[in-house]
Amino acid sequence: MGKTISEKIFSFASGRDAYAGDIIVANIDAAMVHDGTALLAIEAFREIGGKALWNPSKIALVIDHVAPSSNENFSRVHRIMREFAHKYGAILYDAGSGICHQLMVESGLIYPGSLIVGADSHTCTYGALGAFATGIGSTEMAAVLMSGKLWFKVPETIRIDVNGSLPPMVLPKDIILKIIGTIGADGATYKAVEYHGETISAMSIDGRLTLCNMAVEMGAKTGIIEPDEKTLKFLLSLGVKEHIALKSDEDAEYAEKISFNVSDLEPMIACPHSVDNVRSVKEVEGKEVDQVFLGSCTNGRIEDLRIAAEILKGRRVKEGVRMIVIAASRNIYLQALREGLIDVFMEAGCIICNPGCGPCAGAHQGILAPGEVCLSTSNRNFKGRMGSAEAEIYLASPATAAATALEGRITDPRTFLKR
Amino acid sequence: MNVRVTGRAWKFGDNINTDLIIAGKYKLSITNIDDLSRHAMEALVPGFAEKVKRGDIIVAGKNFGCGSSREQAPLVLKHLGIGAVIAESFARIFYRNSMNIGLPALECKDVNRVSDGDILEIDLAEGCVKNLTKGEVYRVKPIPPALLEILVNGGLVNYVKKYGRLPW
Repeated sequence: MGKTISEKIFSFASGRDAYAGDIIVANIDAAMVHDGTALLAIEAFREIGGKALWNPSKIALVIDHVAPSSNENFSRVHRIMREFAHKYGAILYDAGSGICHQLMVESGLIYPGSLIVGADSHTCTYGALGAFATGIGSTEMAAVLMSGKLWFKVPETIRIDVNGSLPPMVLPKDIILKIIGTIGADGATYKAVEYHGETISAMSIDGRLTLCNMAVEMGAKTGIIEPDEKTLKFLLSLGVKEHIALKSDEDAEYAEKISFNVSDLEPMIACPHSVDNVRSVKEVEGKEVDQVFLGSCTNGRIEDLRIAAEILKGRRVKEGVRMIVIAASRNIYLQALREGLIDVFMEAGCIICNPGCGPCAGAHQGILAPGEVCLSTSNRNFKGRMGSAEAEIYLASPATAAATALEGRITDPRTFLKR
Repeated sequence: MNVRVTGRAWKFGDNINTDLIIAGKYKLSITNIDDLSRHAMEALVPGFAEKVKRGDIIVAGKNFGCGSSREQAPLVLKHLGIGAVIAESFARIFYRNSMNIGLPALECKDVNRVSDGDILEIDLAEGCVKNLTKGEVYRVKPIPPALLEILVNGGLVNYVKKYGRLPW
């Protein structure tokens, strides 16, 4: 019987013939914790008698959620993380380096065929590089830090084929919002989501990362894309030569197959308060906003900054609207500087913060007051996610974010196509 | 640990996410579990932390615990004395976390038969929930043996303390 790419990765990692539904123990290739999850993991590591890390060169601690710290409790958490990384020799990405998921992608720790766990639900992002990557909790992370192993239920897979060429100003974010709106917030629970099709082949690595990042918003264990020439070229640019060339077999079994044609896709938007409450931007155009956030592990990469800057160039953000721009990593920030994008954002009146998670998780750098409306390029619009439970969050693409910031109300970015 | 839990049902709907269970603004500023637990479920039931009693049971619809990987979500519930969460389905990371900290997470198709305030009795060994208020019995989906072993020992940390090794 044929296997999906996920079944092949779990077979390789467990040393047995693994199929969907099997419960297996697998070797982990790399692991990540951040400041929102590290304290519980470090405490559990101590409690279970951890004396050494299974492989310090494969374990990253990232300070990104409250970075730099905005409160004394987290200043203490950060100090504990620094001391832990120093004591056991793990990799430390300190405040200002960027968001854990972007840093992992840039780190060279991830390669096609690898099995990665992170104590963060958006760990599924790395599937864009052909890895099987999934989020876990802090206590089981402690066990991984010690042993390099973890139990898994090998997931069934939903195959999603995406074909057609994207119209101007319609972006990978619009594709994934369309998919989540169709499948629903729990439509892929416990399953892997495999993306195929000519649109995916034509898509940049940045776009693929956006697609895989949001797989968890439909409940998926991971999003995954078979590695191709583009993947290998990207990895080579990071100095990564290691890869296991894997593809799903023709006769692999899928739980479900769904196809999308994106040639006529419009800019999409997730409305409050759930990610699967998706409409076209046109349907909610005109809704006034107080804040726009461009950034996050979903849309804080260079292509996201470029498209936003293209729209903002020579224009001003609407008076009374705060537009916050945060690059997903220091490398991306530097690239944006070199390309003059930071100048464009500053001249347009944006607020530029240091690389990190920013306001996405509700810690700082743009917390919403009751009654405020935010349009964000991030991945979650849950009630209370970015501050007050009485605030509203809309999720959309970087292009929609820029257009909305200029107009002060939700705006279809195609408005700026021929101005 | 007790395989029998008896308490009042607190009824919730579908897609109760981790920000509703414990919001990021608290999780990313409060590290003390007593202080953090005071904010559990507050956007859904103001004063939830003061109202719940030891052994109370959360009953919810589909996709309970969706969203973040934060283990603080099941931890604050357990800390408040919640004896179990019963839902039509769970988000996968919440499910794993809940078992790993020793809070039973049980899948049950009959959650819509339970009303807020019903007194429930869970028998883990029997794999059933008795609704003492309505005089009904519901089946729960069996917990995989490997997970049950972790759960009945009070979670992963207690398992390791007891057996001196990881369960895998």
